[in-house]
Amino acid sequence: MKIEHLGLSQINGSLVVLENVINPKFDEMVEFSLADGTKRTGRIVTVEGDKVAVQVFEGTGGISMTNVKTTLTGKPIEIKLSPEILGRVFDGLGRPKDSLGEIYPDEVRDVNGSPINPVSRIYPKNYINTGISSIDCLATLIRGQKLPIFSGSGMKHNELAVQIVRQASLADDGDFAIVLAAMGVKNDVADYFRRSFEEADVMGRVTMFLNLSNDPIIERIITPRCALTAAEYLAFKLNKHVLVIMTDMTSYAEALREFSSSKGEIPGRKGYPGYFYSDLATLYERAGIIKDAEGSVTQLPILTMPNDDITHPIPDLTGYITEGQIVLDRALDASGIYPPVSVLPSLSRLMKDGIGAGYTREDHSALANQLFACYAKVQDAKALASVIGEEELSEGDKAIMKFGREFEQKFINQGFNENRSITETLDLGWKLLSALPRELLDRVDEKLLDEKLVPQQS
Amino acid sequence: MSEQNVIYGINGPIVTVRGITSLSMMEMVYVGNSRLVGEVIKIDKDETTIQVYEETSGVTPGEPVCSTGDQISVTLGPGIIRNIFDGIERPLSMLEKQSGSFIGRGSMVPAIDEDALWDVTVTAKVGDYLTGGQIYAYCPETPVITHKIMLSPLEEGEVVEVMPDGKYRVTDTIVKIRKQDGSVKELTLCQKWPIRTPRPVKNRLEANKPLVTGQRVIDTLFPVAKGGCAAIPGGFGTGKTMTQHQLAKWCDADIIIYVGCGERGNEMTQALVEFGEITDPKTGRPLTDRTVLIANTSNMPVAAREASIYTGITLAEYYRDMGYHTALMADSTSRWAEALREISGRLEEMPADEGFPAYLPSRLSKFYERAGYVETLSENEGSVTLIGAVSPQGSDFSEPVTQNTKRFTRCFWALDKALAYARHYPAINWTTSYSEYVNDFSGWFRENAGENFLKYREEICSLLTEESSLMEIVRLIGADVLPDDQKLVIEIARVIRVGFLQQNAFHSEDTYVPIEKQMKMMEVILHLYHVSRKIVAKQVPLSKIVATGLFDKLVKIKYDVPNNNIGMLDGYIAEIDSVLKPLMNREVQ
Repeated sequence: MKIEHLGLSQINGSLVVLENVINPKFDEMVEFSLADGTKRTGRIVTVEGDKVAVQVFEGTGGISMTNVKTTLTGKPIEIKLSPEILGRVFDGLGRPKDSLGEIYPDEVRDVNGSPINPVSRIYPKNYINTGISSIDCLATLIRGQKLPIFSGSGMKHNELAVQIVRQASLADDGDFAIVLAAMGVKNDVADYFRRSFEEADVMGRVTMFLNLSNDPIIERIITPRCALTAAEYLAFKLNKHVLVIMTDMTSYAEALREFSSSKGEIPGRKGYPGYFYSDLATLYERAGIIKDAEGSVTQLPILTMPNDDITHPIPDLTGYITEGQIVLDRALDASGIYPPVSVLPSLSRLMKDGIGAGYTREDHSALANQLFACYAKVQDAKALASVIGEEELSEGDKAIMKFGREFEQKFINQGFNENRSITETLDLGWKLLSALPRELLDRVDEKLLDEKLVPQQS
Repeated sequence: MSEQNVIYGINGPIVTVRGITSLSMMEMVYVGNSRLVGEVIKIDKDETTIQVYEETSGVTPGEPVCSTGDQISVTLGPGIIRNIFDGIERPLSMLEKQSGSFIGRGSMVPAIDEDALWDVTVTAKVGDYLTGGQIYAYCPETPVITHKIMLSPLEEGEVVEVMPDGKYRVTDTIVKIRKQDGSVKELTLCQKWPIRTPRPVKNRLEANKPLVTGQRVIDTLFPVAKGGCAAIPGGFGTGKTMTQHQLAKWCDADIIIYVGCGERGNEMTQALVEFGEITDPKTGRPLTDRTVLIANTSNMPVAAREASIYTGITLAEYYRDMGYHTALMADSTSRWAEALREISGRLEEMPADEGFPAYLPSRLSKFYERAGYVETLSENEGSVTLIGAVSPQGSDFSEPVTQNTKRFTRCFWALDKALAYARHYPAINWTTSYSEYVNDFSGWFRENAGENFLKYREEICSLLTEESSLMEIVRLIGADVLPDDQKLVIEIARVIRVGFLQQNAFHSEDTYVPIEKQMKMMEVILHLYHVSRKIVAKQVPLSKIVATGLFDKLVKIKYDVPNNNIGMLDGYIAEIDSVLKPLMNREVQ
């Protein structure tokens, strides 16, 4: 039997306090019925004896101390799952948002999930061919990896995500699915994703969880958890390869900060709560492959760095949890290079075991190393050129500058619809290196150089 | 004996009990109906505060809190090695059997397999008087590690009964002693020890032997002592974990305890897989035969993350007490400090720097002080070396965890973002890193590496320092304006940087380099420098020397000379002399 509690004893921001509650459970979901017949949901965030604080997802606007009846559900926040969730659109709490009706659940799961036992994980090794040179060659995406895109407002991160999804799914003959968690994004961004998926003819394999920028911010804290629960269901129960796109993690972090300060918690760096790292980890760590399932969860979170600052807590803590990052660069973006991937800070930690003979090609790792080393020299040469002028540079530095320009224009730059195979990408890399004086190529052994360098016509 | 205490409040991992309780500080308790493991962290007359090592969703006020009467402790006995535990010593493979691929809650599994049989040889005899820490039996734990079974440091007594040698389980009694109060205590193969209390030793000895790691930049430039402490700070992507893995794989400690504290799950899996595949060069057995992994990944409960470091060090001390050299890699201590901060925040304690609690430095110093080279209670020599990774927020080394760690470690390997971006690994910055141990090792270096080791090391350091100040000029006006002798410094420093400091962990020869080869490599590089300097002094242009290709050849020594043929390097010296001879004689003619 469910007991209804009448009235509240305190309302503060998105939090309400109830007293004399019988048997409240920590983290349990509650339902509010307002006098006007509308319903809201919330979650118990602290318990002290019979007094509980509840976070209201839809906000407390219109709630008074007397006009609300509260019911405890006795359950944590759950989401209904069935194979039918593919092709559907849900709101931030996992309730259908399209007009296709309720889901008849095959299973109901707690959105918080449980940590994967490290013993049960399979170390990810299979690379995903995205068809984008800068990613495939230099920051290879591996199935089961979490690889965020660090971007800034106004840069083309959404396009990049769509291109990765489109081209990765083309290359994938297996059973794949896409889960999109949109947190605080504008309606047109959500629309752009939907349109792009339709154009690429993959909408039937997509599940979308939308919490738009005008939706309640507290709901935003649950949105990625719903999406990841759905992804785990698809991957580990239905054995699909799931690619989860989470955008925009910055909005999520801000929602978390707002919620934390409304609870009166002691803030850590820049006002973010002390548990910010652990909280992000409970999301990102849900990527992976486990022993008793065929599927995998690969995460592609997108975050806009506030003020393009990579040391801001959001990108900083994300970088400490995820297995690398793809950083977009405003200068490249401004000079019209797409995708504007800033090569040097971009990194894929799992790449070393997922490339080379048997995966991509045996020369991949040496080439990537050499490209990184040479492009790092380009930055030094550029800095020098900005002081003494390019004319005054030594011959070696001039060659380096030229390489830098070619590398940006031909290697990083590619069309939105251009899908380069790994062979094309690697050959292009060697071709660019061939233009450099041989003594600058100190990361590659002589035999490989002889084999791969393309003779220059003078 | 557990009286009824009931839960009053719940806030994340913090649970409170109302009223005066008989619970004691640091006591381990079981919380709620699902019996979650917790620890008492604060007691006052109105309320007792407990931190819970598991997720508290669904816990209700009124559920019981059961006292155990013990502090949070670990079980020590054969079966620890080769295992992978969570932060409070629950074996993850047993948890997997119990709850599948995802970790459930309230799982009660014994830390050590209680069914396994060990081939025990009892060394104690009836009538012997055993004092704390003395060895009374031993058994082979893995083909390379003999587990010595010791009396708990807190006990002593006369042996009154001994079982014959044979196969026993860890909980079987093999020796009985009569304590001074007349009571008889049955000794098994295992003992318990509270994780927050350092295990006692007889004497602390001077740490004057390096932990040989086979990593050139560490062994040569910034060595750490067996029984010393080192910190590896670095922003994300600078290779902290890679460096830790390399050290775990190659350092010459007998036993490695690798603590993944609040880090990535996939990394722990990688360690698990890799350590099983790698053959230990010293024993010819898989590395796992002398490794213990403790994995408390970032999404596992935060309180257990705080405990994982202590669990690790207690295991390390236990093996040290048997007379082994153990090395503990903690990746990363920043996550541990953040766990402290998180719990402190929930307790509403007054924050100090950046929200970290004011007791952060004292906790850090207590932890690092548990390292040491000691004479054990059983009169063996053993050591615990601590290598802690630090993940500074925003790669800013002025943050509290890095700064406080610096105060308590004598070896500091600063990882540099710029080096990592240029894929110079290990990205240990040679200008900001330091080791205070170098001079303590002079005797060891003389005996094991050669008379001139420290001299060469010093010269290499000064060349690198000179280069970095020259590079500031180059960055402003280009390299062309420098005189030839300074260009030579830049050229030879490049050889040192690329050919010596940079080390390829994925190359079969380069991943581990014995100290003799490191010594010889320095000798060859410096020989080229000395000869070239003489030539340059004779006004022969540097470009002529560079054109011989010798510099580029030396850069590739690390790949071209196999570790088992160090003699080849003498050939390089001869080659330098013969190739440069014409240039040398030119001005004279």
